[in-house]
Amino acid sequence: MSTKEIVARCEQLFEDLDFSAVKQWKAAAPGRKAIGYMPIYVPREIVHAAGMLPVGVFGGGDQLEVIQGDAYYQSYICRIPRSTLELGLTGRLDCLDGMLFPSICDVIRNLSGMWQILFKDKYVKYFDLPQTYDDATGGSFYVHEMQTLRADLARLAGREITDDQLRASIAVYNDNRRAVRELYAYRAKKPWQAPTSEVYLLLRAGCVLPVEEHTRLVRQYLAQADLEKRAQRDNARVVLTGAFCEQPPLGLIKSIEMAGCYVVDDDFQLVQSYLLEDVSAAGDPLEALSRAFLHHSAQTSSKYDEKKEDKGKFLLHQVKTRGAEGVVFAAPSFCDPALLERPMLQEVLAKHKIPYTAFKYAENTGQMAPIREQAGTFADSIKLWSAA
Amino acid sequence: MNTAAAKKAVVKDDAMNLQKEMIAENYHQLARAHQEGKKISATFVPGNLNELLMCFDFVRRLPETDALQNGMRKKSGKMIMDAERDGHSEDVCTYVKSDLGMMLQGEVGPTGEAMPHPDVLLLSYTGCFTFMKWFELVRQKYGCETLMLHVPYQGDGRINPAMRDYVVNQLKDKIIPALERISGVKFDIDRLRSYMRESQKAEEDLVRVLQSAKQRPSPIDGYFGGVYYIGPIFTAFRGTPEATRFYATLRAEIEERVRQGKGPVTPEGEMAEEKYRLVVEGPPNWTSFRDFWKMFYDEGAVVVASTYAKVGGVYDFGFRHDAERPLESLAEYCLGCYTNLNFPQRIDMICKYIDEYQADGLLINSIKSCNSFSAGQLLILREVEKRTGKPAAFIESDLVDPRYFSAANIKNRLESYFQMIKQKRAAAVH
Repeated sequence: MSTKEIVARCEQLFEDLDFSAVKQWKAAAPGRKAIGYMPIYVPREIVHAAGMLPVGVFGGGDQLEVIQGDAYYQSYICRIPRSTLELGLTGRLDCLDGMLFPSICDVIRNLSGMWQILFKDKYVKYFDLPQTYDDATGGSFYVHEMQTLRADLARLAGREITDDQLRASIAVYNDNRRAVRELYAYRAKKPWQAPTSEVYLLLRAGCVLPVEEHTRLVRQYLAQADLEKRAQRDNARVVLTGAFCEQPPLGLIKSIEMAGCYVVDDDFQLVQSYLLEDVSAAGDPLEALSRAFLHHSAQTSSKYDEKKEDKGKFLLHQVKTRGAEGVVFAAPSFCDPALLERPMLQEVLAKHKIPYTAFKYAENTGQMAPIREQAGTFADSIKLWSAA
Repeated sequence: MNTAAAKKAVVKDDAMNLQKEMIAENYHQLARAHQEGKKISATFVPGNLNELLMCFDFVRRLPETDALQNGMRKKSGKMIMDAERDGHSEDVCTYVKSDLGMMLQGEVGPTGEAMPHPDVLLLSYTGCFTFMKWFELVRQKYGCETLMLHVPYQGDGRINPAMRDYVVNQLKDKIIPALERISGVKFDIDRLRSYMRESQKAEEDLVRVLQSAKQRPSPIDGYFGGVYYIGPIFTAFRGTPEATRFYATLRAEIEERVRQGKGPVTPEGEMAEEKYRLVVEGPPNWTSFRDFWKMFYDEGAVVVASTYAKVGGVYDFGFRHDAERPLESLAEYCLGCYTNLNFPQRIDMICKYIDEYQADGLLINSIKSCNSFSAGQLLILREVEKRTGKPAAFIESDLVDPRYFSAANIKNRLESYFQMIKQKRAAAVH
C-alpha cells in the first residue's frame, strides 16, 4: 500500500462511527468479544490476553449528531461523554461486550456509573489507577485492580487467562509501542514527510484494529512515507498538549499545520505511548505492567506529580528531545484535568523561556479560522522573534 | 425579594450561633498559629482526617470552607476574577479560583484576619478529581509540602479489602511518618483512639438530628439548616470535646422542637406551615445562600434530606469512626463519603430518602463548578422519578461565583415545581 492508500484506509476507519472493523473482527470467528476503553490509559494487554479486541472509544467526533446524549448533560460539561452516550444509545457500540472507564476525571468516572444503569447487559468497569507510585502500596493496589479485570474478563471469555498468555500479549504490545515510538521519532525528524494529520489517523486506526495489524500498518507507513519526497516548509516546530481525552476534529489538526506549525509531539492517543519503555515480558506479568506504569509512564494531568519540581518535566523533555520551538496548549472546553494543569505548565515554560499559546476546542468545533489565525500568529512570532 | 429585611433580623437557634462561634474561633487560631509556633495543615472536607491531624497538633484549615465563607460574605466574586486574570480558566472550579484569588489578594481570610500558608497540604484525594490539581496549584505557588492520600472510588458500589488496605498502607507507610516529620510530634495511636471516641458520640447525635426530619412537621431543614449542623463535624472539630458538646446541645434542641411539634428555624423565624417536603441533591449556592433559602421557606418548602449533608461523611447508614480499628476506620470513612459513591449507590440513597422521609420529590441543584456532583445528574433525575413516581426538578447555579446565580430563573423554576407537586397531590386524591 502507498502512503496515500494507508492514510485513506485509516481515515475510513476513523470516520466509521458504526465500528464496522470491530464487527468484522468479531464475525471472523465464533465467540469473539470486544471491550471498549476510554482515555487515557488501560493495560490493553489483559484484554488481548483474554482473546478479546480492545477498542478505543474517543467520542463521536464532528460527524456525529448528538441528540440523546445532550439530554443527559448540562451545558458546562465537556462533549465526549455526550457523544459517547450517543454512540451507545444509538446502538453503535452494541458490538462491544464491555466498557472500561479508567480514572481520568470526574466526568468519565460518573459515566461509568451511568453506563452501569443504561447498559445493564454489558460488562462495565471503572478502572482505578494508583496515584501513589511505590511498588508496595500503589503497586499492590494496581496489581489487585488488574487481577480483578483479569478475573472478570476470564469469566466473560469462559476461560482462564494464563501468565503465559499475558506475557505474550505484553510482547505484542511492546512491539506496537516500539512502532509508535519509531513513528513519533520519524515525524520529529522529518515532520514534512509525516504530517500530524496523517500520523493522527494512523494512531486512531489503533483504536479499532487488532494490535498486530496496527503495528504492521505503522511500519508500512514509515517505510512508504520515506519514499515519497514532500516539500519542506519553514514551519515552527511545536508540541501540542492537553488533547489527551476529547479529541480535536481532524480539521483542527490540519488547520494548525496549514497555519505554519509542524506538530513534533502530542498527547492525542496517550494509551499507545503511555508506557515509555518496554514492559518486561518475563516474570509476573501483572507486576511487570504495574512497574511500567509506576516508574516508566508519561506524565499527564490526570496523574499526580509527587514533587513540585516534577511539574512539567515531561513536557520540557518533549520540547527538548523533539527540538520544538514552542508549545500549543489545546484543551477541550470544560476539561478539568487539562485546564487546571495548564497554568502550572505555562509557568514552567515561562521559566524556561519557551513560547506557548493556548486555546480551547470541542470535538465538533466547526470554526477553524480563529484557531488558524492564532496558530499562524504563534508560528510567525516564533519564526520572526525567537532568539534563534 | 426583600433581602434587606431578611438581613436585618436574622434568626438563628442556639446551636447555629454556637457553630458560628466555633468556626470564627478556628479562624482566630489559624491567624495566630505561626506566631504561637504552631503548624497549619490544610485538607479537604470529603476524606477529612481531622482526628489524625489533631494527633500532630496541627491547626486545621479547610480550603472549601474558606471559599464558601468568602462566598457567603460576598467576597468570592472578585477573588475568582483575580484568579482568572492570573491565567485560570473560566471553565474550572470556583472554589479553587476563590482560594487562589484570596491568596493573590494578600492572604486575608474570610473573617478579615491573616490566613497564613499551610505547612502541609494533606491531599485526601476522595471523590473529587479537582482536589488533586487544587493542591498542586497551591504547592506550585507557595511550595507547601503535599501528601497524597489516594482513596479509590467505589466504582463497583462497594469497598473491597484491597481498597481499604491500600488506604491503610498509605496512612501507615507514608502519611503518618510525614506528618510526624513535619510537625515534630510523635504519633500516638491511643491519642487517635480517644479522638475517634469523641467523633463517634458527635456522629450519633448528628444522625439523630438529621433523622428528626422524618417527623411531620420536620423540626429541621436538612439542607440550608443542615449546613449549620454539619459545619463542625465536617471541618476542624470532629473528634474534639467542643464538637461533642455542640452535637449534644443541638440534639437536645431539636428533640425539644419535635416535642413541641415545631418546624425548622429560618433566618426569618420559625417556619409556620410545612407545605412541601423535598430531598435535595447537590451543594447549595453560597453567594446568595439566604435569598436561595428564602425561596423555599416563603413557599413552605422544607428540605427533609440532602445529599450535600453527607459530603463530609455518610453516617446515617451506620458508619461510625471505630476506635478499636482506628486506621481501618479512617480508611472506611474516606471511602464512604458521598461523592466517592458510584451512580447506582447515589440513586439508591436518594430513593431511600424520598421513601423514608416521606418526601414529595427531588430537587437537583446542579453546580457548574462541581463535575463530581453534577456530571450525569440528569440521569439521576430520570431514574429517581422512574423508581419513586415522585416529581423531580432541576435548577442550575454555582458554589461561589455570583455570576452563575440567576435568582429570577431559579425562583420561577421552583414555583413551577411546587405547583407540579400540588397538582400531583390533587391527582392522587381524585
